[in-house]
Amino acid sequence: MRLIVNKIFLALSIFSALVGLAFLGWILITLFMKGLNSFHFHLFLDDLIDGGLRNLIVGQFILAGLAAAIGIPLGMAAGIYIQEYGRGRYANVIRDLSDIMMSAPSIVIGAFVYAIIVVPTGGTSGWAGAIALAIMMIPVVINTTDNMLSLVPRELREAGIALGASKYKVILDIVIKAAKVGIMTGVLLAFARIIGETAPLLFTSETSNYFTLDLSESFPSLTVSIYDLANEPEKASRDLAWAASFILTVLVLVINLTGRFITRNKK
Amino acid sequence: MEKLFQKISLASASIVFVILVGIFLTLLSSSKAAIEEFGLDFLTNSAWNKEVPLNPVNETVQANAAKIFEDVELNTQDDTTDDEDMIADEDDEDDMILADEDESEEGSSSATKTVYGGLVPIVGTILTTIIALTFALPIAMGIAVFLAEIAPKNISYVVGIAIELLAAIPSIIFGMWGLYYFAPIVADIVGGYQVSLLTAGLVLGVMILPFMAAITRDSMNTTPNVLKESAYALGATKFEVIKDIIFPYSKVGIIGSIILALGRALGETMAVAFLIGSIFVLPDAINSPTISIPVAMANNFGEASGLGESALFYLALILFIISFGVISLAKFYFLKKAK
Repeated sequence: MRLIVNKIFLALSIFSALVGLAFLGWILITLFMKGLNSFHFHLFLDDLIDGGLRNLIVGQFILAGLAAAIGIPLGMAAGIYIQEYGRGRYANVIRDLSDIMMSAPSIVIGAFVYAIIVVPTGGTSGWAGAIALAIMMIPVVINTTDNMLSLVPRELREAGIALGASKYKVILDIVIKAAKVGIMTGVLLAFARIIGETAPLLFTSETSNYFTLDLSESFPSLTVSIYDLANEPEKASRDLAWAASFILTVLVLVINLTGRFITRNKK
Repeated sequence: MEKLFQKISLASASIVFVILVGIFLTLLSSSKAAIEEFGLDFLTNSAWNKEVPLNPVNETVQANAAKIFEDVELNTQDDTTDDEDMIADEDDEDDMILADEDESEEGSSSATKTVYGGLVPIVGTILTTIIALTFALPIAMGIAVFLAEIAPKNISYVVGIAIELLAAIPSIIFGMWGLYYFAPIVADIVGGYQVSLLTAGLVLGVMILPFMAAITRDSMNTTPNVLKESAYALGATKFEVIKDIIFPYSKVGIIGSIILALGRALGETMAVAFLIGSIFVLPDAINSPTISIPVAMANNFGEASGLGESALFYLALILFIISFGVISLAKFYFLKKAK
């Protein structure tokens, strides 16, 4: 009897793993079939107004790249503070708040940026979108930096200080270098996460049919356009949405896997 | 230089604090108009963007509207809020016509006002989350057990990465896939609409599945090998080891991970937006369409202004407070204990 229960339990567990894999497979296969079907090289050359995706892809990269440029230094500095300088309550409070912020609903962050940037400046803009994404990214970077720095052995820091280096030199030249790979992985995963975000961009950057590099107006976003296109009745729009989804997913998964690959190789 | 560096890092750390407090205060001030107008009745009112007469006695007012305008004005809004539910259910068309007439003669005393209530999106959010959790929980536990205890190292590694890739797929993809491929199948089996509470909840479940499985696996992995090995040495089966050793040992961590997944499900927008149907109607069955807070915001924010926008901020505030509470609970109560 015990053995039968055991068998059933193991079978159920394996079955759930298969269900999980089946969902992944189902989604990926759907994407590949639908995506490749409507995939064409001209998608990379034309803008949305001409039935292509060029402006959207470039726009999404600029938004996420700007968010990374804002979020990574801030997040890393905050992580360094928590791990290296912070003592006692304040650092712990910041660590907990950052974890809570990481799980804050992304649409609420969008509404927040809308209220503090879009309303005062009078319209949606690329800057607003990038800042919304940066707010999503900061807690993730803090978390990684914090975790990775905590893995650096204490002796390394002591050795640096014993050689007469000041603390910031020790942190920048020794501790960060030692934790570099881990932090890079975390940052890449965070980047992969925000480049696929839609909700924070809906009312901050919105999207645009045209190619633009002007961050002070509505800015082309791949994800927001997918949402718009997928809800349109014409089949052509929906096919374009599938092609865009396919490109987006491949991008996200490639960045994600690159991040994992770096860590694995360095180990 | 040293001082400067320290100051910069302190300032960056404080940004977290500033942003969180900023979010709360901004939402509060942006929803001020709606809070003052509707108060806590907002939470129990199912009308959204409905024109209702200022006086509770609907029919008679419409007939005698002209006569009692003065009384109505004196009555102020407070008296009416209780009865909005009832009125909203009655002839909407009459209200609309009345509203149109009123707008044309704006400036003279108006007999209607627009009412916003948050009940439908709040209920929708909670129900989709419950469905998602009920669906995802057993499967996530199964996957976690498989990864932590059953599978050989290399299979566990590969499957683990696959599950984490599932977590990395953008939520909008889940939404599209759910709408065009998953929902038709569910609707075939269960009946009812393709866009419904049920399909939205299930797709949300698929989305939080990998997240939940990954954290549960991690907390299961914290069980010391010595404990497991002694149980095996006593002749326990794998099932018994998992049930009596690993599960009790990592229970708090697992509950924490479930609550974190719940927090994520509450705030998810895009996956649900495609599937929930986006209508402000309380669902009368599990397979009828409704709306959730994030979706209400996503779909109405663009067109909203004035009181409507304020009401959406009110919803955002409610969502923020709920998810803040849920996540703090997971963090401080369960995950702290797990350490």
